[in-house]
Amino acid sequence: MQQLGLLSVVIWLPIAGGLVTLAFGDQRARAARWAALLSSLLTLAACVSLYAGFANGTANFQFIERLAWIPALRSQYYLGIDGISLPLILLTAFMTVPVIIAGWSEIDKRPAQYYAAFLIMEGLMIGVFCALDSLLFYFFWEAMLIPMFVIIGVWGGPRRVYATLKFFLYTFLGSVLMLVALIYLYLKAGDYSIAAMQQLPLTLAEQRWIFIAFLLAFAVKVPMWPVHTWLPDAHVEAPTGGSVILAAIMLKMGGYGLLRFSLPITPDASHELDWLIVTLSLIAIVYIAFVALVQQDMKKLVAYSSIAHMGFVTLGAFLVFYIMAATGSAQGAVNGLDGAVVQMISHGLISGALFLCIGVMYDRLHTRDISAYGGVINVMPKFGALMVLFALANSGLPGTSGFVGEFLVILASFKASFWFALLAASILVVGAAYNLWLVKRVIFGEVANPQVAKMQDLNPREFLVLGVLALAVLLLGVWPAPMLNMMEASVQHLLQQMLTSKLPGAA
Amino acid sequence: MNQNLLLAIPMLPLAAALIAGLAGKAIGRGGAAAVAIGAVALSFVLSCLVLKQLLLDQAPNFDGTVYTWLVSDGVRMQVGFLIDRLSALMMAVVTFVSLCVHVYTIGYMSDDPGYQRFFAYIALFTFSMLMLVMANNFMQLFFGWEAVGVVSYLLIGFWYTRPSAIFASLKAFLANRVGDFGFLLGIAGVLYFTGSLDYQTVFSAAPSVATKSLMVFQGHAWSALTLVCICLFVGAMGKSAQVPLHVWLPDSMEGPTPISALIHAATMVTAGIFMVARMSPLFEYSPTALSFVLVIGATTALFMGFLGIVNNDIKRVIAYSTLSQLGYMTVALGVSGYSVAMFHLMTHAFFKALLFLAAGAVIIAMHHEQDMRKMGGLRHRMPLTYWTALIGALALIGTPLFSGFYSKDVLIDAVHASQRYGAGYAYWCVLLGVFVTALYTFRMIFMTFHGPERLDQHAREHFHDVGWDMKAPLVALAIPSVIIGYLTVEPILFGGYFGSAITVLEGHDVVGELKAEWHGPAAFALHSLTAAPAWLAAFGVLSAWWFVLRHPERGDALRERFSGLNRVLVNKYYFDWFNENVLAPLARGLGLLLWRGGDQAVIDGAIVNGSAEAVGRLAGVTRRLQSGFLYSYAFWMIIGLAVSLGWFLIHI
Repeated sequence: MQQLGLLSVVIWLPIAGGLVTLAFGDQRARAARWAALLSSLLTLAACVSLYAGFANGTANFQFIERLAWIPALRSQYYLGIDGISLPLILLTAFMTVPVIIAGWSEIDKRPAQYYAAFLIMEGLMIGVFCALDSLLFYFFWEAMLIPMFVIIGVWGGPRRVYATLKFFLYTFLGSVLMLVALIYLYLKAGDYSIAAMQQLPLTLAEQRWIFIAFLLAFAVKVPMWPVHTWLPDAHVEAPTGGSVILAAIMLKMGGYGLLRFSLPITPDASHELDWLIVTLSLIAIVYIAFVALVQQDMKKLVAYSSIAHMGFVTLGAFLVFYIMAATGSAQGAVNGLDGAVVQMISHGLISGALFLCIGVMYDRLHTRDISAYGGVINVMPKFGALMVLFALANSGLPGTSGFVGEFLVILASFKASFWFALLAASILVVGAAYNLWLVKRVIFGEVANPQVAKMQDLNPREFLVLGVLALAVLLLGVWPAPMLNMMEASVQHLLQQMLTSKLPGAA
Repeated sequence: MNQNLLLAIPMLPLAAALIAGLAGKAIGRGGAAAVAIGAVALSFVLSCLVLKQLLLDQAPNFDGTVYTWLVSDGVRMQVGFLIDRLSALMMAVVTFVSLCVHVYTIGYMSDDPGYQRFFAYIALFTFSMLMLVMANNFMQLFFGWEAVGVVSYLLIGFWYTRPSAIFASLKAFLANRVGDFGFLLGIAGVLYFTGSLDYQTVFSAAPSVATKSLMVFQGHAWSALTLVCICLFVGAMGKSAQVPLHVWLPDSMEGPTPISALIHAATMVTAGIFMVARMSPLFEYSPTALSFVLVIGATTALFMGFLGIVNNDIKRVIAYSTLSQLGYMTVALGVSGYSVAMFHLMTHAFFKALLFLAAGAVIIAMHHEQDMRKMGGLRHRMPLTYWTALIGALALIGTPLFSGFYSKDVLIDAVHASQRYGAGYAYWCVLLGVFVTALYTFRMIFMTFHGPERLDQHAREHFHDVGWDMKAPLVALAIPSVIIGYLTVEPILFGGYFGSAITVLEGHDVVGELKAEWHGPAAFALHSLTAAPAWLAAFGVLSAWWFVLRHPERGDALRERFSGLNRVLVNKYYFDWFNENVLAPLARGLGLLLWRGGDQAVIDGAIVNGSAEAVGRLAGVTRRLQSGFLYSYAFWMIIGLAVSLGWFLIHI
């Protein structure tokens, strides 16, 4: 049994901060805002110290905390991080700060509650990435839905009720089956710890059912085609901050779940059903990219683009067995896994930034309709430059983070099959088409109408937020090595788990 | 070689770009120009120093890492430089032309509000191009490759309020992305077959890869190297604008003229040529891929030249000429004449940049008029521009002793000597191309500078010759356009200049075969007077004179006579029509179909909302059971009892 430590701090600090913010109340909005900002910055600082204390080169979980939680169920308050969860925790803490700052003067409806919801959600999301006990994981996983439900339901757009219901039902339906799978595993392993489940031998039939149950939960979150249709609706109705967190962090839960649960707990079923994931991923990349091309609503466009980009995450994660079959060795499989994780982080930064950009425009013109804009750069040059940068990053430009993950996954997919690589690489063309066509219609051209002519360029606060994100996108694109080094040992370990059959009788 | 010195060559322009771009307001117009020009000038000097070290001091090649980009699965991807005679030559050419263009920009953009931004872009371009050229691995090559594409995108759309400019920039980026799509697949193939992305490792593994194959279709094994090389070449087709990915280059003329000279004539578009030359250790082992290269290049060389004949926009004529000349270089690559391709790349960089800058001077003097039908007789109004443009034109058509003569005539001889599949077709294309080149080039010269003045009122009133800031670069480029061929043809082509930087297998060495008949540049020029190309060129100039100056009405009659052919040429073989009326609507239609049909109708309509409705309908039915009427409950109880009893009785 270990004492509470830094991981508990990064989980509960933002939640406590959220409660303090709530206590200030909407009447003392100014104090509430500062409290929220301070909490998010302190959490970020704690996460940075987490990074500083993290030892690369080992796949063992670090910063472990293990306390009794529900003794009757043998479930523990068991936390720890490895090279796969740490980048996602850093991303969560990093992205919450711009969300707080971006809402500074834009949110005047119940501001304290707004900030509190985001802070509480931050803590819960970090909890998801830290939990090593699957019941604890499930607790964070489901609890996280509540603040997001509130954010869309209270601060959302006109069709927010439909969107929240759709969002909630979709994700909840998937999660319930995951709970069933976890209970089954608990009954067999006698323990809720994820490590015990990973070591549990399972027959192929068992693995198959468990895999499908997990898949439903995670595929909805990613979201994978065809369970993706909640995402565009949720994004359109969510306030800017909600969209940012949804795209940047929440979608990553699905990818994280596949890496933490599906692949290591059911490696043989993953092997058997990898064709399904690969097919759905390629459909997501190609099909959804074309759908993104014809969107009229900017948020929907970025939402669809998110689905296509997340397709690289699922593709990269499940290439291993194809590579084994094609080349006889797993050489190159780690490229795909690395690419999947990097893609998650990069997509978090870029899609978050794009939603913030759309929010900036929405605050001024109160529409997300592409045709309402045109020639924005004439009146907002700073904003235009940043928006073009993020659009290019979103189309995978080398030198930005958007390139790294896609590059690695495409390299790996060539080893699996020439055709996978061909289909995946089509994002180069279609991705550039929808991103730059958007830029052409919204940013460039003559000032389209008198409303656009009245738009003000970024204020210093907005500039700070987007500027910091731009730096992060460039830094990760120019020098991704530190992140890859952080992940290396854990990803290698994951590969070993995937390649070790759990069937009874398999040595 | 000192690594810090090498690092300074690309970093100086990058720093200048950042300063001019981010602090443009603070340092002002003069400041931005000074910073950018100073940085590029320094880069040029350092590049010359590197070239000197390699050539005169016999310094060994430099192959070193600057930093590790990432390590994944044991694959170490690095940013690093490979400096040999191939990259050093490119560095010198790039920085020299870039410097000329930087200076020229002072005058050309003097009344443009985006002055600092323009300097930031061209300095950034210089950085990207240098990173591409200096790379020692495929990852960095791809970085530079895409980075020059982005800067090109930004510069074509520099005047972002013009609909035609932003359309052209998007088109350019997308056409390039189609190429990059192939290029990236090629790079993935390289990693797959060799396990590395570093040039040295990959090149030394090439002979063993040549024996490998890949099952692309069930039961059809393809040569691995051929597949990889063709994929890589698709990248070159995008960047170097080869048919059918050439469509973006003529439209790129929407950008300011200095960048047409720098990016869309001298440097970026030659990146594809450079890349194939750099990859010669791979391409050499795949004659199939080289034949593909050869045929694409030959088609581009001839058929794009034809388009130059019917166009009236001075910049677009030069753009079509660039396409055609890039085709020539590609043909040289296809016959394993990498050194000839690089040689033509170099001479072309000088004389084509010169022609563009001269055209830019005309455009500025005419107050932004580009239509040659509204020019004429300008040689009296702007003599220096005329003479320099004439030098460029003579170099382009291959007048003996001019730089273009050496590169083009050796190129044609090399194609003639080649046994490669497709070389026969290519030979006729490049030979006929000489006539076509001379025809459109001198049609342009005659229409612009000779004959009666056809200036309209506006141009006549605002006409002003350009200043020395624009004339100096013309002179600076005119000098190498004349002499560089004469001076360097022997060392570069027959003196083993490239050494180990280029690989040519036994039996492919067409340039080596020509060496036996080589008796120095003067003898070559003398001998050429009896050969076909010189006569074809002369005939081309004569035809241009006949139809433009002597009997302009006969040109119109000819157009009438061959109106069908003329229509095909004016419509640029309908490539643009196809892309705009078939491909683009098809993509949008597919998107709409998948969205409205797939997402909204099937997934949301039938499955998601459908299952919600089904639940609702079921609930509606079951709700009716609970009507609250006692007699109804009693009735159903009796029915239920009867059914259970019946079931019980039957089964007992």
